[in-house]
Amino acid sequence: MNPAYRPHHPKWHRERMPIFWWLGRISYTKFITRELTSLAVGYAALLLLVEIGALARGEAAHARFLRFLAAPPVVAFHLLVCAALVFHSVTWLNLAPKALVLRLGGRRLPDWAVVSAHYLAWLAASAVVVWFLRGGAA
Amino acid sequence: MRRSREPFFWALFSSGGMLAALVLPAAAIYLWVARPLGWVPAATDAELVARFAPVLVRLVLFVVIALALFHWAHRFRYTLYDGLQLAHLYGLIATICYGGATLLTIVAAWVLWRFP
Repeated sequence: MNPAYRPHHPKWHRERMPIFWWLGRISYTKFITRELTSLAVGYAALLLLVEIGALARGEAAHARFLRFLAAPPVVAFHLLVCAALVFHSVTWLNLAPKALVLRLGGRRLPDWAVVSAHYLAWLAASAVVVWFLRGGAA
Repeated sequence: MRRSREPFFWALFSSGGMLAALVLPAAAIYLWVARPLGWVPAATDAELVARFAPVLVRLVLFVVIALALFHWAHRFRYTLYDGLQLAHLYGLIATICYGGATLLTIVAAWVLWRFP
């Protein structure tokens, strides 16, 4: 079937767009960068899972995983991943007032209040994560 | 008319995005930058196993990993459509993204269930 064909729909005219249409403008590039942070999110989930699997398989497997983590190119790559994750958090939390409309005493809570509350939650969650990883719960 | 599955995947995308935004940067910086560079005290394997073994911890890990995967699946799907102009591969891309996330979620459930 012709890929341009949509069933039950009149054919419309479409301008051809170059693949790198989003490099032309800063706002477009920012948009695609934001969308691409999903790769970092998926990678982080996967790497967490790999470490848990390595831990389950025993000392040798986990030692190999830690050696992989310590290799300089891997650390450099992971710095990039961390930057993407932080970019995801910032762009995600900044959009919170668009998704969440809170009313207090009949008046809409201002955007800055919703954003600050989310940043506070980010700070608190990060503190809990670090506390847990340092063995706070054990 | 068949009901769209879009709201379901959007809900997974959205909750995964929120969880990822809150916990992943700290976890990633701690585990994959600070730890290999020796900025934080190293934990022994036994300590790590003891930390991850409680059922509640494994449950939280499962939720974080699964939702993060579905966040990736949903968002990356649209990145491919819009960024690379692949809208005509609609069905194939959706299958690969959601199928991949589902498969890895099953793996995560299995690994965490059997842990340690």
